Amino acid sequence: MQALDRKLLRDFARLWKQALAIALVLACGVAILLTGLGMYTALSETRETYYERNRFADVFVTVNRAPERLAVELAAIDGVWAVETRTTGNTVLDVPGNPRSVTGRILSLPIDGTPRLNVPVLTTGRLPDPTSTTEVMVNANFAIANGFALGDTFSANLNGQKRQLTITGTAQSPEFIYTIGPGALMPDNATFGIIWMPQPAVAAAFDMTGAFNDVSLKLTAGVSRMAIIAEVDRLLDPYGSLGAYGRDLHPSDSFIDAEIAQLRNMASILPPIFFGISAFLVSMVMGRIIMLERSQIGLLKAVGYSNLEVCLHYLMLAGLIAVVAVGIGWGVGGWLARLLAGQYAQYFDFPFLIFRTSPWVYAVSGIAALLTTTLGATQAAIKAARLAPAIAMQPPAPPKFKRSLIDRAMANMRLSQPTVMILRSLFRWPVRSALTTLGLALAVSTIVAPSFFDYALDKIVDSAFYESNRQDAMLVFSHDMPQSVLSTTAALPAVLQTEGQQFHPVILRSGIHEKRTTIQASHPGTDLSRVIDSTGAALDVPPGGVVLTERLAMHLDVGIGDRVAAEFLGGRKETHILTVTGTIAQYFGLGAYMDLDYVNSLLRQSSRISLVNVSLDDAEVLDLHARLKDIPNLVSIVMMSDTRRSFSDTIEQSIGAMNLVYIIIALLITVGVTYNGARIQLSERARELASLRILGFTRAEVSYILFGETLLLSLLAQPLGWWIGAQIANAMANSFSSDLYNMPLVLHPAIFARASFFVLLASFASVMLVRRRLDKQNLVSVMKVRE
Amino acid sequence: MLVNVFARMLCQAHGRAMEPAKGATHVAEIVFRTQDVTKVYGTGEARIYALGGVDLELFAGEIAVLLGPSGSGKSTLLNILGGLDHATSGRVWFRDTELTDLPDRALTKFRRDHVGFVFQFYNLVPSLTARENVQLVTDVSPDPMPAEEALAQVGLTDRMDHFPSEMSGGEQQRVAIARAIAKRPEILLCDEPTGALDSSTGVQVLEVLQDINERFGTTTVIITHNADIQRMAHRVIQFQDGKISSVVINDERLAPSELVW
Ligand SMILES: Nc1ncnc2c1ncn2[C@@H]1O[C@H](COP(=O)(O)OP(=O)(O)OP(=O)(O)O)[C@@H](O)[C@H]1O
Ligand SMILES: [Mg+2]
Repeated sequence: MQALDRKLLRDFARLWKQALAIALVLACGVAILLTGLGMYTALSETRETYYERNRFADVFVTVNRAPERLAVELAAIDGVWAVETRTTGNTVLDVPGNPRSVTGRILSLPIDGTPRLNVPVLTTGRLPDPTSTTEVMVNANFAIANGFALGDTFSANLNGQKRQLTITGTAQSPEFIYTIGPGALMPDNATFGIIWMPQPAVAAAFDMTGAFNDVSLKLTAGVSRMAIIAEVDRLLDPYGSLGAYGRDLHPSDSFIDAEIAQLRNMASILPPIFFGISAFLVSMVMGRIIMLERSQIGLLKAVGYSNLEVCLHYLMLAGLIAVVAVGIGWGVGGWLARLLAGQYAQYFDFPFLIFRTSPWVYAVSGIAALLTTTLGATQAAIKAARLAPAIAMQPPAPPKFKRSLIDRAMANMRLSQPTVMILRSLFRWPVRSALTTLGLALAVSTIVAPSFFDYALDKIVDSAFYESNRQDAMLVFSHDMPQSVLSTTAALPAVLQTEGQQFHPVILRSGIHEKRTTIQASHPGTDLSRVIDSTGAALDVPPGGVVLTERLAMHLDVGIGDRVAAEFLGGRKETHILTVTGTIAQYFGLGAYMDLDYVNSLLRQSSRISLVNVSLDDAEVLDLHARLKDIPNLVSIVMMSDTRRSFSDTIEQSIGAMNLVYIIIALLITVGVTYNGARIQLSERARELASLRILGFTRAEVSYILFGETLLLSLLAQPLGWWIGAQIANAMANSFSSDLYNMPLVLHPAIFARASFFVLLASFASVMLVRRRLDKQNLVSVMKVRE
Repeated sequence: MLVNVFARMLCQAHGRAMEPAKGATHVAEIVFRTQDVTKVYGTGEARIYALGGVDLELFAGEIAVLLGPSGSGKSTLLNILGGLDHATSGRVWFRDTELTDLPDRALTKFRRDHVGFVFQFYNLVPSLTARENVQLVTDVSPDPMPAEEALAQVGLTDRMDHFPSEMSGGEQQRVAIARAIAKRPEILLCDEPTGALDSSTGVQVLEVLQDINERFGTTTVIITHNADIQRMAHRVIQFQDGKISSVVINDERLAPSELVW
């Protein structure tokens, strides 16, 4: 090994604490880049491959009932590659051993075997016999959650008849990667299952012989989806179409899409922050090293090392930090990726996972880390290369302090001499001071930004479950029912209170804006499912009016008093003009609310409801479940208490873990910045401080001079960090808000206090670590060392 | 004559065979030549004339001592001769090569191949042992001697694996000399090599320099503030205000051990 390489390794070994403090920050960037980019490519590739292999459709549409011959017309549309018509419907299942009501989504299988589109992957067993009326295939996760084996049976409420069904196989499907039951917020495989049944049996059960109510279309590459959707709508509108939509509105795909978008954001926003901080730290430390090694650099040049060799020597010293960081980052990143893959396996149902992180992702993150340290060290290394060998032989000239306005101001303030020393050095290196402050501010913001989730979700839960949706359960029917169903349900066991609600899919339009949503209509004065205005009071929508959620109003660009056109989908396609009489801050979905009687009169229909909200007596809930399975036309019961619990549990788990991760990251940044800052201060001022000690200053006074600057900068960083954190939180709230959720920005003062607590504590601890060094320093040897 | 006797004594004391010294006493071949060299630092009002026109010749195998008050330009000249710095005007030759306008890269090669430096404050790399400090140079020179041999030349065989912080000033300076001679340089440029040492340690170091000069015929330039040291030189060059004020040839040279200060 060459002597210069030995010097490199020994210097690195001597600097290991500072190097490690930087490497940990850099490692965060590497790990997040690796995880984010790795998972992003893995998830999108897996999805792409799955969709490709199993021919996931491009356009979907649900109709009331359309004759089979329309399939030919749909297939004839220019640009349509394949058409699959099906009969589908929801129903309540009676699963042996499962006391809760289970909802099944029934899909018909074509008579000639496997479907052409949305092809299910057989996991175990076989497809049902096409002629059988009792054989079914279910989704594998449903079977697992309910402990089903092949040949097991359960019963389903089909068209008013209870039918015993036998499981012949289990499968997975590209349509149900993310499987969520009606009214649920989280997937729950125990209470929601997909049931594939031969077409004749389904047609008989739902009275759909010679007809279909669900179409999937695959398009040829490069055609306009919009044009085809319009054509499909034109063909199917007479048959009670709810409107064709693309993959972007497909419930399963849009969830995966949101996840993929989040990964992409994670991979593109966070790592640059870590790389930036690391580069700053590297440049600060390397700058100091070059200062200290001036005479060594001069020597190297004097004995014949070239500028390039000297430059490379220091770039490699910084490069070693990257090597350590990459080692740690890859280790942690690999672990994080496995953790995330585990999470995905829990929520997403893929038949295969391409979850190995590809070598190029490793390469990209490694190169990024190396570039970071190289960039950080470049200035110092160039300075080293530029040092004239002769000049490098002389000790560095003392830094030039100039009398400035600031000095005059300080003189007027009659500050103590140590304070003046602190302030002077602060202004002497303004860029360094500013970047240190910024680094610490970023640490503060790292804790602040994600903390708001906790409070925001509390607010969401509170508003959604305790203010608006106070019902214990929702009973959902296959189609609208007469009002009389209210008295039927009131007579069920456990039911204390019943309220009817009508749901109607609509497209709302205002000017060029339009949005597909569901109108929820109820009677004035309802108590279980309420519309709550900004003052917290329950709101009744007057006849002729509509109340929109703020997000929906924003989408449509309308305010109170404006008019919107509502096209009622399904059945008769009618458009009615409604006046916006109010907007409400609601965090789930894009709701629109109307008066039930008014909707009925508008559509010239007898009074009817789509679902019944009930409050329940907990003691008798099991009896209720036992009875529900026998009620005709009931397709699903949504237990709000379960929804509430699973939502809160999931959120608490992931938020707790997330906050912990961010606190650790913030601590790493803080230690990286303050420890290195304080070490450099110590190295720059060792002689000066030793002189002061010899002159009779106490340890405490000397420490004050040394660390006053670092601690002052940490304090200055707090308000800046709060501000940056709030901005990031705002951006995050916006990016997390979708048509599914509206994330409120709740910046509780405790968030800021907690962030500052952790960052100041870590700053103080780092400074104390350096102070121990100062205390151990031998005054005589410090004075002897030649700068 | 005396010098030769002393050198023989010294080498025998170290148990080594005497190598013939190349013309230590009869100097003829010119190694360095400068012509009206000036060096100006700074601009305008703050201009400092570190060198104000220096004409000098240095001969192969000689020991030249540069004397002069602080700030008279000794180090500046040495730096220019050694290719560490460029002159502001004038010309400098190393044998047939003109150094004056050589680019950085060529100067680096010149230093690497021909020049050994010894500095007042040793300038050892603290994170390298004595042996490794010498290897730093042997790694890049075309025809070096083994680091161990160089350290043996300065009597440090048993301190080879010590770090600079574990050695005395004199030992450190001897490591620096070993480092300078390990490349078998034609020229050894020493800027106050004894400046930081007490007199007996200083004498040791000078003995080593003289020994090297005797045995390898290395042209040696020594800057010093110590007028006594001039008595070991072949020639003494006196500096004053950036100019050479006198050049004296010593007829009688003293061995370093006979110097007292
Ligand atoms: N980098 C520089 N910038 C400005 N002036 C310089 C620089 N280096 C040297 N000088 C000036 O040039 C003059 C000659 O300096 P030099 O170092 O050659 O003196 P010296 O004879 O070696 O002195 P000493 O015996 O104190 O080492 C001095 O006046 C010095 O102040
Ligand atoms: Mg000098």
